[in-house]
Amino acid sequence: MSTLIQPLDVVAIRKDFPLLSRVLHGKPVIYLDSAVSGQMPVQVIERMAHYEREEHTNVHRGVSTLSQEATDHYEAAREKVRKFIGAGSVKEIVWTRGTTEAINLVAQTFGRMVVKEGDEILLSAMEHHANIVPWQMLAQEKGATIKVIPMTDAGELILESLDELITERTKLVGVVHVSNVLGTVNPVKEIIARAHAKGVPVLVDGAQAVPHLQVDVKDLDADFYAFSGHKLSGPTGIGVLYGKLAHLEAMPPWHGGGNMIRSVSWEKTTYMAAPGKFEAGTPPIAAAIGLGVAIDYLTGLGLDRIAAYEHELLVYATERLSAIPGLRILGQAKEKASVISFVVEGIHPHDMGSLLDGEGVVVRAGHHCAQPVMTRFNVPATTRASFAYFNTREDVDVLVSAVQKAIELFS
Amino acid sequence: MSDPRELYQQVILEHNKKPRNFGKLEACTHHAEGHNPLCGDQLDLTLVIENGLVQDIKFTGSGCAIDVASASLMTGAVKGKPVAEAEAMAEQFRGMVRGELEPGTQTPLLGKLTLFSGVKDLPSRVKCAVLPWATLHAALKGEEEASTE
Repeated sequence: MSTLIQPLDVVAIRKDFPLLSRVLHGKPVIYLDSAVSGQMPVQVIERMAHYEREEHTNVHRGVSTLSQEATDHYEAAREKVRKFIGAGSVKEIVWTRGTTEAINLVAQTFGRMVVKEGDEILLSAMEHHANIVPWQMLAQEKGATIKVIPMTDAGELILESLDELITERTKLVGVVHVSNVLGTVNPVKEIIARAHAKGVPVLVDGAQAVPHLQVDVKDLDADFYAFSGHKLSGPTGIGVLYGKLAHLEAMPPWHGGGNMIRSVSWEKTTYMAAPGKFEAGTPPIAAAIGLGVAIDYLTGLGLDRIAAYEHELLVYATERLSAIPGLRILGQAKEKASVISFVVEGIHPHDMGSLLDGEGVVVRAGHHCAQPVMTRFNVPATTRASFAYFNTREDVDVLVSAVQKAIELFS
Repeated sequence: MSDPRELYQQVILEHNKKPRNFGKLEACTHHAEGHNPLCGDQLDLTLVIENGLVQDIKFTGSGCAIDVASASLMTGAVKGKPVAEAEAMAEQFRGMVRGELEPGTQTPLLGKLTLFSGVKDLPSRVKCAVLPWATLHAALKGEEEASTE
C-alpha cells in the first residue's frame, strides 16, 4: 500500500463542511460525489448569506450606494475568476448559469456565425451531453455534421487520426478537459495546437478540470473554456465562459434584454461590449460572489496541494477497488483525475447505488449524462465515486467495504 | 424504510438471478417495449391472449434487480388470469409503490407482490419496479411502447 502524504490539514478542512457531519440511514455520510456537485465550505455559504441579509440589491443599476457595493463585489468575483484561470482581461470572462449555458451560448452565437451547410464540428468520444447536444442542434439547423475523435479501451483519445479528422470543413473542435465518467485528463494543449495549425478554434469543457487542475487558458491557448461554479466548491446557478476577446467581440449577442444594451430606441438598439452583451437580465449576484470566495478558498489551500492529495486518494482507491473480484474500473488513462467509474458483474449500478446509499456512501449511479461513453464501453450505466480534497483514506475504506457487502448480498 | 437493503429481500434477489418466463413468444398476439430513459432499463414483453385470458407471457431485457424481479414476478402473477384482472393488478401495483394504496388491504389482487411495497421509500427506484407493469398496460392497450419518463 502506498503511504498517503497529507500536506493538507484534512481534519481542519472537514470542519468547514457541515454536510460531512450528517447521518444517512444511521451512518455517517461519506460524500464521494463531488463530480456531481462539490460541497461548499461555510466561508462560501456565509458570504452568500451575508450578501442576501445585508447587501442584497441589483448590480449595474443606478447610483445607490447599495447597488454600487453589490456591483463592486460582483465584479471583484469576475476578477478572481480571471486570475484563477489565467485570462488576460476580465472582458473575456462571461458569467453564465453553468457549463451547459456557456456551451449553448457559443453554439448559438459563434457557432451560428461560422458553421455553414456541409461543415463539420469535431467532438471527442468522451463528451458530456452538454458538449454534444448544443452542437447537434446547431448541426441540424445548418445542415452540418458532427465527427468524433475515437478513444481506446483505456479511455484515452486516439490522436493519431486527429490531423485527418480536422478537415477544411471543420469549423470548431469541442473537447472535454477531464472526462466526468472516466477521469481522463485529455492533452488539450496538444489538441488545441494541432487544431490551430489548421486554423480551427477549440472549445474546452472544463467543468471537471477546474476543481482538480491549475488551468491556464493562455498557456492552453483555448479559444473558449467553460466551467461551472458548483463543481468548484461554489454554488449552483453560476458558471463561466472564457472566450478570447477577439472572438467575443466578433460574436453577436445571445439573449436580449436589460443589462446587455447601450441604448434602446424603437429605431435602433446598440449593445454593450463583451462581456456585457452576453449577460442579459439580472444575474445570480450572490452566487457570483460566492464563487469568488470558493476560488479564494481553493487558492488558499493550494491547487497543487489539492491535486497531489487527490491523486494519492485516487491511487489508493484504485488499488483497493481493483482488488475486489468481479469489479471492473472503466477508464485506465495514464493521466487521470480523482474519479472512478466501476461496474460489478451481476449487480446493476442502480442496485449498487441504492445499497451504497444505505451505508451512507453517496455516489452517482447512472449514465452520467454521457450515454455515448456507456455505449462505447457496452454498459448500461456505471457507479462512480469521485474524491475531493476533504475525503480521506477512511472514506475509501468505507466505500470498499460497502461494495463488498453489496456483492455478498447478491451472491 | 431506513435501510435500502430491506428492499433487497431474498425473493427479489433470487428472481433477479433466475428470472421466470424469460424469453420471447414468437407467436404472440400482444407486444410492447418498455423503456426507462433515466436508467436505460429496457424490457420487451410478448403475450398470447385468447378468450380474454393471458394464456402466456414472456419478457426479455436488461435492467436493475428491482426491474428484473418485478418483471419475473409479474409474468408469473398474471399468467392464466383474465385481462381485466391483469389490468386491475397493474393499477394496484402502481398505487402501492407510489404509496397511494396500503399493501394488502387495498391491494387484494397482488398477493406476494406486496414485497415490492418498500420501493415507495426509494422514490428514485419506483420507476424500476413499475416499468414491467407499465409495459404490460401498453401491450394490453395495443400500444407498442411504454416509458416511465
